[in-house]
Amino acid sequence: MADLETFRTETHQWLDANAPASIRGVGNTLLDGNWGGRKARYPNPDMKVWLDVMAARGWTAPEWPTQYGGGGLSKDEAKVLQQEMNALRLPAPLIGFGLTMIGPTLLQYGTEEQKHEHLPGIIKGEIRWCQGYSEPGSGSDLASLKTRAILEGDHYVINGQKVWTSFANLADWMFMLVRTDPEAKKQEGITFLLVDMQSPGVETRPIKLISGASPFCETFLTDVHAPARNVIFEVNKGWTVAKSLLNHERNMIASAFGTTAGKGRTMRDWAKEHLGLAGDRVADSAIRDRMAQYEMDSRAFRLTTERARDAAKAGRPPGPESSMFKIYGTELNQRRLELLVSIAGPHALGWEGPGFEDVELTLTRDWLRSRGNTIEGGTSEIQLNIIAKRVLGLPD
Amino acid sequence: MALVLTEDQELLAQTARDFVRTNSPVSRLRALRDGQEMGFSPDIWQEMAQLGWAGILIPEEYGGAGMGLADLAVVLEATGRNLAPEPFLSTVLLGGQLFTHAGSPEQKQAWLPGIATGEKILALAYQEARSRYDLNRVSTRATAEGDAWRLLGEKMQVLDGQNADALIVSARTSGEDNDQDGITLFLIAPDTPGVALIPQTRVDGRAAALVNLDGVKIDAESIVGTVGHGFQTLLHIVDLATVGLCAEMLGGMSQIFEDTLDYLKTREQFGVVIGSFQALKHRAANVFMEIELCRSAVMAAANAADAGESDLALLVSLAKARCSDAFVLATNEGVQMHGGIGMTDEHDAGLYMKRARAAEMTFGDAAWHRDRWARLRGY
Ligand SMILES: Cc1cc2nc3c(=O)[nH]c(=O)nc-3n(C[C@H](O)[C@H](O)[C@H](O)COP(=O)(O)OP(=O)(O)OC[C@H]3O[C@@H](n4cnc5c(N)ncnc54)[C@H](O)[C@@H]3O)c2cc1C
Ligand SMILES: Cc1cc2nc3c(=O)[nH]c(=O)nc-3n(C[C@H](O)[C@H](O)[C@H](O)COP(=O)(O)OP(=O)(O)OC[C@H]3O[C@@H](n4cnc5c(N)ncnc54)[C@H](O)[C@@H]3O)c2cc1C
Repeated sequence: MADLETFRTETHQWLDANAPASIRGVGNTLLDGNWGGRKARYPNPDMKVWLDVMAARGWTAPEWPTQYGGGGLSKDEAKVLQQEMNALRLPAPLIGFGLTMIGPTLLQYGTEEQKHEHLPGIIKGEIRWCQGYSEPGSGSDLASLKTRAILEGDHYVINGQKVWTSFANLADWMFMLVRTDPEAKKQEGITFLLVDMQSPGVETRPIKLISGASPFCETFLTDVHAPARNVIFEVNKGWTVAKSLLNHERNMIASAFGTTAGKGRTMRDWAKEHLGLAGDRVADSAIRDRMAQYEMDSRAFRLTTERARDAAKAGRPPGPESSMFKIYGTELNQRRLELLVSIAGPHALGWEGPGFEDVELTLTRDWLRSRGNTIEGGTSEIQLNIIAKRVLGLPD
Repeated sequence: MALVLTEDQELLAQTARDFVRTNSPVSRLRALRDGQEMGFSPDIWQEMAQLGWAGILIPEEYGGAGMGLADLAVVLEATGRNLAPEPFLSTVLLGGQLFTHAGSPEQKQAWLPGIATGEKILALAYQEARSRYDLNRVSTRATAEGDAWRLLGEKMQVLDGQNADALIVSARTSGEDNDQDGITLFLIAPDTPGVALIPQTRVDGRAAALVNLDGVKIDAESIVGTVGHGFQTLLHIVDLATVGLCAEMLGGMSQIFEDTLDYLKTREQFGVVIGSFQALKHRAANVFMEIELCRSAVMAAANAADAGESDLALLVSLAKARCSDAFVLATNEGVQMHGGIGMTDEHDAGLYMKRARAAEMTFGDAAWHRDRWARLRGY
């Protein structure tokens, strides 16, 4: 414990000395965080400075082993690092699917060669990844996917279409699921493959969301070549890897959405401003009750993620019950935004232009975007099915 | 403190579960309820005390184990699983904690050892006809008569009132009915002239009594704590007791949920087990999640109580609001998913449903705690 306190002091001093002033307090969410990659733009160049100093210590991936460029920190040290970053209002230097999805998957299933090839680029924020799972005919029933890959000598030739591929247009590499054995049972003919997005035959078309942004794409693959050494784990055993990655994805979505308290003005500030006061209390008692209910549920949720972490440290790693974090975290985020919309009232109706503050316009867009949280990464209904079957043991 | 049980707590939990399974089947409740007896079994209470459970919170110098609420919580979760009605709430959590935190050395010496051995039963009379969940709404009056006090008023649903060796009564020694100042706690022997104890029959079968105080004369030594400052004491003790109650509720909701799951896996309709219907699966998964959240909240509140953390009141409100809603949900869903059989008195589901409501309405329901949370958080 004394060591941990020393670590805390040193970390705090180092962060304070090395974090550029202009990045303190900036947003840290999936919408405005730093995703890195070859196509990254840095409106604030200090963000790139911040990325580089942190990456040099491996602190973009604090718990990954040092031999691949990670920080090599223990869980406790990583927690302290996060706490000290919060204390100094420092944003994550890097976010994205490399750190949260393909990285942990490579650590578990990759060969030494694959780890050395891909992990350093993720840690330094040089390579941005996207996820090629969903297809037009295969959403919840992912294992029915049809994109075909045929081995020709030392490489695969891929043909098919992916859809809802988030940020495919900005990504450098894609991890994807392809069908390598069309005769086998549907889960047993799937392979997990890494593809360079610059390969000839890869085409992406952005799709616009209800929130007005276009962060996801249709991805077309026509005679795309990928080296056979880019297969992760074994040929036709991709479903095992895919499920493991989905667990990482669900945890990422849950923590990203379930824990952010909202930036700048708190919900309480919004409520006092829009609804007025009765004595020293928010005047509308129905909204007050919803606020308390939201805050309490969100505290209970955070405590539950802590409890899962503590249990993992005590040697009981999370199993299928992590589906509950996906459901609950995403629903909390939706509830938060629905509640803010109720609080803001007509001020939440702006789309663009005059008469609306920037925070109000952002709220409207965030609210619309949040409706996708219970769909992406496996819908809530699918998570409920998983809990019923794998945790509660209810039959098909 | 980590949100996992220590090895010692795991052991204690196992012992408690085994004891409860063997000695305290839920069916016992019907006999106790129908028997018009004292509402719990003195023999089982003796055995529980011999296992050390009644003294878990009591300091070692008074014959207890000097352990914490996080330890007692694992026992209460086990007793809660089978709705055991023994007097943990009245005697261990309310009476015992009150003396431990606010009693004079003489009062501690007189009461704490007897609580630890299971010989003494206490009852805290704080609730009145229109006080709802507010400990400051006290209209029972105590007026000074020389060195003594004279009490006039009525308390209701006093847990184990009819079984108690002593009552501790909140009464107003000054101020208006809803003031926080001016409340004093009096220790009263049940056979004092002017005290009438009238047993009340509650939906959950727990022992409770109306306590009528008709000019009861009490001397000044019988005050617990100091004159006029009883409210803050009560508030703290009730917060601590609420953590224990939540642990009991957690046990109750876990058990009825597991019973329901078993039924979903065995009852067949339409040629298949009903647990294969998605309408029921999703509802079961939902109850599962709610219980998981409760468990985290209860553990956090118990840890905060033991560590004396400053956000204890917030965490208590969190635990109680969550447990109130989830226990009611788990029992409502339990009865529904059992179909017709769940509606019968012969089946246990109804007993859990009744206990869920009674526990919900003890120490504040979910809405009351949400309102307290909002006030503590400045809105
Ligand atoms: C914002 C966003 C970003 C995304 N990013 C990516 C990405 O980067 N890469 C990627 O590969 N995919 C991505 N997706 C796709 C996402 O994984 C799928 O949308 C999701 O798996 C659901 O598939 P679907 O849209 O085909 O809906 P469907 O599977 O057709 O579902 C329609 C409805 O039916 C319900 N349903 C389906 N099956 C069952 C069942 N067995 N029981 C009960 N209900 C059922 C669903 O819950 C849903 O409500 C993204 C989606 C969104 C919204
Ligand atoms: C107060 C009361 C009075 C009654 N009076 C009469 C009477 O006068 N005459 C008479 O004949 N009957 C009477 N009944 C019986 C009543 O009609 C049955 O209890 C009811 O039809 C349910 O059947 P069950 O109890 O066998 O439950 P089950 O059918 O075993 O159902 C158990 C649970 O499974 C669910 N379930 C079952 N099948 C499905 C499915 N396909 N999809 C999703 N969920 C499913 C049910 O909704 C329920 O939640 C009475 C019942 C009660 C409670």
